[in-house]
This record gives sequence, structure tokens and C-alpha cells, in this order.
Amino acid sequence: MNVGVLGIGITKFGERWDQGLRELLLDAQVKSIKDANIEAKDIDALYTGNMGGGALSGQLHIGAMATENLNINKPSSRVEGACASGSLALRAGILAIESGEADIVQVNGVEKMTDVSTEQVTTMLMGAGDEELEGFNGLTFPGLYALLANAYMSKYPKLTRDLLAEVSVKNHFHGARNDYCQFRKEINIDVVKNATMVADPLTLFDCSPITDGAASIILASEAKAKELGSKVSIIGSGMGTDSLSLARRNTLTAIPAGKIAADAAYASAGIKASEVNFAEVHDCFTIAEIMAVEALGFAKEGEGYKLYKNKDTYFDGKIPINTSGGLKACGHPVGATGVKQAVEATMQLRGEAKGRQVKDAEIGVTHNVGGSGASAAVHVFKRVK
Amino acid sequence: MFRDSSIIRWRAYKDRYMLEGYECSSCGKKYFESKGMCPCGSIEFNEIEFSGVGKIVSFTQIHSGPEAFSEQGKYCVAIIDLAEGARITAQIVDCKFEDLAIGTNVEAVFRKFYKSGEKGAIHYGTKFVPKF
Ligand SMILES: [Zn+2]
Repeated sequence: MNVGVLGIGITKFGERWDQGLRELLLDAQVKSIKDANIEAKDIDALYTGNMGGGALSGQLHIGAMATENLNINKPSSRVEGACASGSLALRAGILAIESGEADIVQVNGVEKMTDVSTEQVTTMLMGAGDEELEGFNGLTFPGLYALLANAYMSKYPKLTRDLLAEVSVKNHFHGARNDYCQFRKEINIDVVKNATMVADPLTLFDCSPITDGAASIILASEAKAKELGSKVSIIGSGMGTDSLSLARRNTLTAIPAGKIAADAAYASAGIKASEVNFAEVHDCFTIAEIMAVEALGFAKEGEGYKLYKNKDTYFDGKIPINTSGGLKACGHPVGATGVKQAVEATMQLRGEAKGRQVKDAEIGVTHNVGGSGASAAVHVFKRVK
Repeated sequence: MFRDSSIIRWRAYKDRYMLEGYECSSCGKKYFESKGMCPCGSIEFNEIEFSGVGKIVSFTQIHSGPEAFSEQGKYCVAIIDLAEGARITAQIVDCKFEDLAIGTNVEAVFRKFYKSGEKGAIHYGTKFVPKF
């Protein structure tokens, strides 16, 4: 597989009371078009990841909003896969190019979450789990991951509370060095452990925040990318699924869909996990990052904790994870997250990640999960030599 | 959203009110919740009744719940393996979170869940209590 990345665009993540759903989307769209040095009319198709437009803003039909924003009439659709919506939109864009239907595709992700109450957002997000079996019992998203955390830490006690907190500390360290990030502040382990409990054992600082934001990326066919001088290629894409509810899974100590997606992405790219230089992973909760590094093959199941003992996952470490600040510090505008990961991977491979640049980065992966692991997508990015 | 669908529909959920489940008529795998296709390929299921006895597989205490549960304050939710072999998600009540553990034995009870809609329709279902 070889699809070029022509351009990237991202809004500042955070509480964006100054902009609505439409404006955030437009801002990212315009930036990626400018960065790609193309015109809107050059785009053959658009895919936009969004989860909560209907529930939070009363606005669906985001596909048409994306073309309306650019005053074009090209094929355009919204893609929804809960928190994985962004990378499923990316995958749709890649497949449109690979099929020969499109030469240039714009992939967007957008979410507007801070205009409504936290309870409304909690209820909307729970739509990514199993409404009848889990939502009915009062489970929340932090609750689902708390169930995974307790099962995991009971089976693998070497993942201590302190090492779990390191995930959040490291992501804040990176976030402090990223100017599109929501929380640009370093923290320590005590801040994580002493924060308000959300769902035992997860505190507020184990959880990704509620965020407004949008991200956009312009893809091109191999030939077009060569012609226009793209510096980054997507060479692998994989997706896996699993049951909506945790109770129907075969395991509570891993997210199998993540491993299915990673294996498929590595196979399509023709690479091994050991060749990856850095990764943007889905740390919606600290425990999810531990399961992500294991799914991606950077550690065996139960041994992910080892990477958090000696700063191996910092931008200058052995396998940098979440240089953007991850979902935890950078923010988690759900439908935009998968596209943001692609933007960060591209910045790293173009050598533009100032203050957090991974040295000599050649291959990076993005790992995006929907729900408590019912959907997962992994993409492999490579620097063009 | 499911929570606001008609009361008539809720009553069709035997798993919710009677702790009844399904057994694949081909391979015998047991399910708490309504069907889907069994990994063996069968879509034929026999109704079975669970004893209501089980063990905690994992659990948590929710400190800040969704809108409908805000009256409940903090509450415990667990994944439970029923003695007959199916796995379910339910609240654990009449206990302190600190007293629960993975492996704690639990037993089903029928309880009120929450009120919904303008008329305040009350939802009922199955919760569990620990048996120490
Ligand atoms: Zn069967």
C-alpha cells in the first residue's frame, strides 16, 4: 500500500467557545488545503469522522457540511465508529484512493463537546458501549476501562498504580511541548493519584478530557503524491472489531481488536513491530495505553509496564509514545482524534514536531480505538526518502 | 435511545427481568443477553433460567454517573460469571466497595434502576448482592 500525505491541518484543541462545529471543521479543512498547496476543487472525495454531532449539537449530515464549507459538490460522507471515527474516515479515504475512484481525498475529524453538560457528554459517549447491557446498569466510559484496569492489574500486578500514573505524567510532559494541545502543563505521579476518583482505580488524571477540535489531512494516490512532492506516505492500514460489551469478550486483560488491527496493518505495510520508531496510541484512559503498546507488539501482554519504568516512551526514549500529548493531555475531541494522530505522525516524519521531535523518525504508527475496544484501526506512516 | 423506548418493549426483555438467558441448541454455549449468531454458526437458541448465583470477574465503583443515574451517587458495577457459564454486567448493591474483590460470590436480586422521561417511568432490573 502506498498513499501519499499531501497536507495536514489542525485546530487548537480545548474549550473552544469561540468556534462551533462548522467553524472548527472549516479551520482544519482550510489549513490542510493550504499545507498541501492545492485548491479545494482538486479534491475528489471527502470523509469526515464525527461521533456526537447528532447528540450534542443536533447536527448530523456532517459529510455535506464539509463540502458546503468548501463550496464544492464532491462525494462526501460522515464516518462513525465512536472514538475511532477519525481513523475509520482515514481508512475510507485510503480505500477510495486505492480503488482508483479518487486521486486526492480530504479526510477530516471534528467534535464539539463543551457546549453541553458533562452528564450529556457521558451519556453520548456511553452510546459507544452496549446500551442495553452496560448503559442500562449505569456503566460509564471510565467505568468500562476501570473494569479492564482492575482485571488487568489483578492478573498482572507488576503494573503498579505508580507505573499506571506514569502514562499520564509522560503524556502531559509531551503535551507541554505541543502548541495545539489542550493541557500544556507538566504533572507528577502524585497529581494523578490524588485527583478526584472517577471510577476506581481511575482518577480524573487517568481519563482523557472533554475537548473541542478538528483535524484534517489531504491524501493522494502514489502517482499524484510523487508529482506534487509528498514527504510522507501511508503504507499500511488495518482494522479489527469485537463485541460492543465487555462481558461478551474472550478477555478482559487486552483489547483484541487492537491486536487484529495492528497485525493487519503491519502485514499490509510489510513491516514488523520492531521497525516502528514511534506511535500515537489511544490513551483514552491510562490503562488503554498499556494495552495499546502490547497490542502494537512493543511489549508482550502483561509486560507493557516495563516501558514505563525508565522513560522509554518519552520523545527521546526507545519507543516514543504519544508525542502529541495523547488523548490525555492533547485532548480527545472523539471524532477528530484518529485524524489528529495522523497529523502528529506526519509532523514527526516531516521533522516539524518542534520541542518533541523524535530523532531520525522513519516509520510511525497510529492506533485508534472505538468504545471499550469494539473497533480499532492502526495505520503505518513512512517518511519518503 | 433505548432507555426511552416504549415500556412494552422493555417487558420483552426476559434477560433483564427474569434472569433468563439462552443456550445454543447446537453447541450448548450459554448467553445471558439475547442472541446474535453463535460462533458455531447456529442461530437456534433454547431459553434457560439462571440460578442467579455467580462470581465477580472484575468490578469498579462509579463516582460520577450518566444523567439517569445521578440520584444514585456512587455505585458499584461488576462483570459476573454466572454459575451456569454465562457472563453478565450488573450493579452490586447492599455492600461497601472496599469489601468486594475479584472472586467474591454474588446472588441476584430484583431492584429499581431509575426513573426516565417526563412521566417518570420507573425502570426495574437485576442487581446482585455479595454473599461473603
Ligand atoms: Zn453454538
